[in-house]
Amino acid sequence: MKKALLARILVSLFFVGLLMTPAILRWRFSSRTASSNSRLDRQAALARHGFYLEDVTHDAGIDFVHQAPTLDPKLAQIMPEVASMGASASIVDFDRDGWPDIYVTNSAEGSRNRLYRNMHDGTFKDVAGELGIADVNRPDTGVSMGAVWGDYDNDGYEDLFLIKWGRPELFHNDHGKGFTRVSVRAGLPSWINANTAVWFDYDGDGLLDLFVGGYYPEDVDLWHLKSTRMMPDSFEYAKNGGRKYLFHNLGGGKFEEVSAKLGIDSRRWALASSAADLGGTGHPDLFVANDYGVSELYRNDGKRFHEVGEQAGVGFAPKSGMSVSFGDVFNQGKYAVYVSNISEDGTLIQGNNLWVPKEGTEGSSTQYENLARDMGVELGGWSFGSQFGDLNNDGTLDLYVTNGYVSLDHKRSYWYDFTKIAGGNSAIIGDAKDWPAMDGRSLSGYQQKHVWLNDGAGKFVDVAQSIGVTDTYDGRAIALADLWNTGALDVVEANQRGPLLVYKNTVSPENQWIEFALEGTKSNRSAIGAQVTLSWNDKTQIQQVSGGGGFSAQNDRRLHFGLGRNAHIQSAMVRWPSGKVQTLVDLVPGKLYKVEEPK
Amino acid sequence: MTQHTIVQPAPVSKAAQSKRWLSLDNRFVPPVFITLILLVGHFSFGILESYQRTLLAIATSILAELILGRIFFHQWPHLASAYITGISVGILVRSPAFWPYALCSLLAITSKYVLRVNGRHIWNPSNFGICAMLFLASDSVATLSIQWGNNLWAMLVIWLLGSAIIWRLRRFHICVVYVVSFFALSFLRSWITGDPWLSEVSPITGPEYQLFIFFMITDPKTTVKSKLGQCVVAFSVAAVEMFFRLDQSIYAPLYALFFVGPTALLIEMWRDSRRSAANSPTTLSADASRS
Repeated sequence: MKKALLARILVSLFFVGLLMTPAILRWRFSSRTASSNSRLDRQAALARHGFYLEDVTHDAGIDFVHQAPTLDPKLAQIMPEVASMGASASIVDFDRDGWPDIYVTNSAEGSRNRLYRNMHDGTFKDVAGELGIADVNRPDTGVSMGAVWGDYDNDGYEDLFLIKWGRPELFHNDHGKGFTRVSVRAGLPSWINANTAVWFDYDGDGLLDLFVGGYYPEDVDLWHLKSTRMMPDSFEYAKNGGRKYLFHNLGGGKFEEVSAKLGIDSRRWALASSAADLGGTGHPDLFVANDYGVSELYRNDGKRFHEVGEQAGVGFAPKSGMSVSFGDVFNQGKYAVYVSNISEDGTLIQGNNLWVPKEGTEGSSTQYENLARDMGVELGGWSFGSQFGDLNNDGTLDLYVTNGYVSLDHKRSYWYDFTKIAGGNSAIIGDAKDWPAMDGRSLSGYQQKHVWLNDGAGKFVDVAQSIGVTDTYDGRAIALADLWNTGALDVVEANQRGPLLVYKNTVSPENQWIEFALEGTKSNRSAIGAQVTLSWNDKTQIQQVSGGGGFSAQNDRRLHFGLGRNAHIQSAMVRWPSGKVQTLVDLVPGKLYKVEEPK
Repeated sequence: MTQHTIVQPAPVSKAAQSKRWLSLDNRFVPPVFITLILLVGHFSFGILESYQRTLLAIATSILAELILGRIFFHQWPHLASAYITGISVGILVRSPAFWPYALCSLLAITSKYVLRVNGRHIWNPSNFGICAMLFLASDSVATLSIQWGNNLWAMLVIWLLGSAIIWRLRRFHICVVYVVSFFALSFLRSWITGDPWLSEVSPITGPEYQLFIFFMITDPKTTVKSKLGQCVVAFSVAAVEMFFRLDQSIYAPLYALFFVGPTALLIEMWRDSRRSAANSPTTLSADASRS
């Protein structure tokens, strides 16, 4: 009897302990986070984290506020949710003056995009209107969703592909003095509802090709709906989105659509994509993050693409993919892939993914495991744009993630109605008229951004609040660039229905850096796809020139490496898209090296 | 969710005996069915977050049942109930982490042994475990609240098979009352909120409800005995769920069962105790002396 009583008491205590476990875990986690992410003044941030970011938007002469589109009135009750994308940022040195410029898109009908020319004195000036790439959101041609830059004709000047819900546009850069619309000659379709595109030379012929991922089906005109049955037919398994396009550059300004022929045939709802030689095979692979479904990894065998997402481990659990970024987070010469998703306490905990190559797998059979939780970069709210970059020049790649979906009424949430409909059968979820009205409610609004510092030992720590990133706009695109040639990565953040923000980075001077500006000769002149493997102080890090990544974003083509203190650089190995390998030695920190591909 | 049982041992004929040999022991029917749901769901839509997490939930559940059953009842318990609890946790809990699956299973099984009234556990174990996780660890856990996909054939298989099994277990009336009540009350909710009626119906077309209807509200261990009582409880769950829904609670059905289930059982126990007190010899003799 006594034994039974004792057992009952012990099991009851065990039960109470179980009930208390989540609170204990939460307390441990929050105390650790609070100490690293409390607000600090600049000097304290510099001392503790090695850098701080300062919002210099106004001083830089930037006053851009994104405007959302107003779609068909039949979508009025859920307009804030449907018209929730379009703010983008891409970095380009369009006039080849050696200073990065910024292009941002607007999305209201009749609104104007902006091209901020870097004036070299800390300010920017909008020149989009005079150069002919501002007035691109006319009601009959749709509105902008993003932009990616690449020199498709190898004339030395970056050309502009404008991603739209509407008529996609290709603009030729006329030596930095203006832009000419060449969409018709290029053979682009008349209408795509896309949110992502990426320039890359998939066949290594020295000409940049273009991938475009559709979101809504291309036969849907969002301003003149024939039917309200245009929503995803499932929250996690939707395959009724827009098609994907792969435009092969034929030269002479002409492109041929070859997606199906080369193995890219999917109608998942693409939101983000990026390309990199993930398997080290010499051919760039394509990673696509899809909303309402699994991610897709298209391996490039040099002749065609093979979708291997499930086999590689990245395409198993369906989530709401919204960003793709590559980063060598362990300094081991391999790319990890970060894909942002949705996390909302108590409602939907998808968690962001940090896909890290598994030990013992390599080449075209590389498999990935998700280490986002272990490394502390899993919960980012309703995450959108993400980018890797060494923000404090300590020699490890950090991660900047923006977030927030719809910020309206602070106190009222749409989440309940969202989940109500998201659980339904396709006949219900797929029809916009079945969706309850938002009535001014927020959906994961007013979220704090995440600036995760890589400690070099397998953990990331969020320091956003303490280094000056305190905005809570509905963040979409993040683009990184050394805007003022100071040897530090600055941050451009595009916000939906919100202001474009420019954060200037001040880094502790002890931490050193080196940058590379690559230019192809046999390879595409933009050098997109070129990889630099830098070896210093017995560390190795790989980076590549990207033709678009994150969410609706493109970083500067110049590669920036932080080196930490007392850096001794052994070498930089450049692997060009043509296959040529070039080794650079006698490099010193604190310099930007201009490197041309050997002829 | 615990196992379903049929409670009417009766003499059987030779023919019936041989039939029984061919048929599955009733205790194994629900585990087989829920495994089928898991397999159909996964191979049609890939529902599992990961095999490892589901296996962790099942293994934890079974291990806890074995240990606690041995401690409290000095015998190895039948594991069908623990298996169903584990697999339900594996399907319904959604978290990128591993620990919530183990903790939820532990909470569910332990609650059966700790939270008892008159020797009877009053919460459906998986309902308790999942609700406890939602109350206490909402930053790490959500439950399956999205559809599995659009393969209606797979859903039809689940519905037909589930209905047949529940019919065989003589609990089909509970499902019918709940489903009819849900649909009727969805009209009322739509009228009150002004939202499209289909948006109010939408949740019941998702997989969470298939598990809820076939396994949670019909659990014999945590439902009242009388058929009428079961119908009243099923309606009450739907009615309380409506109020949770009007309060915009995402996990309305789980919370409704969490409150209604134990309340109904406690009322039944109270009524039973009064009835047995009324029928006890003391009362009878008192009545007799009065007469």
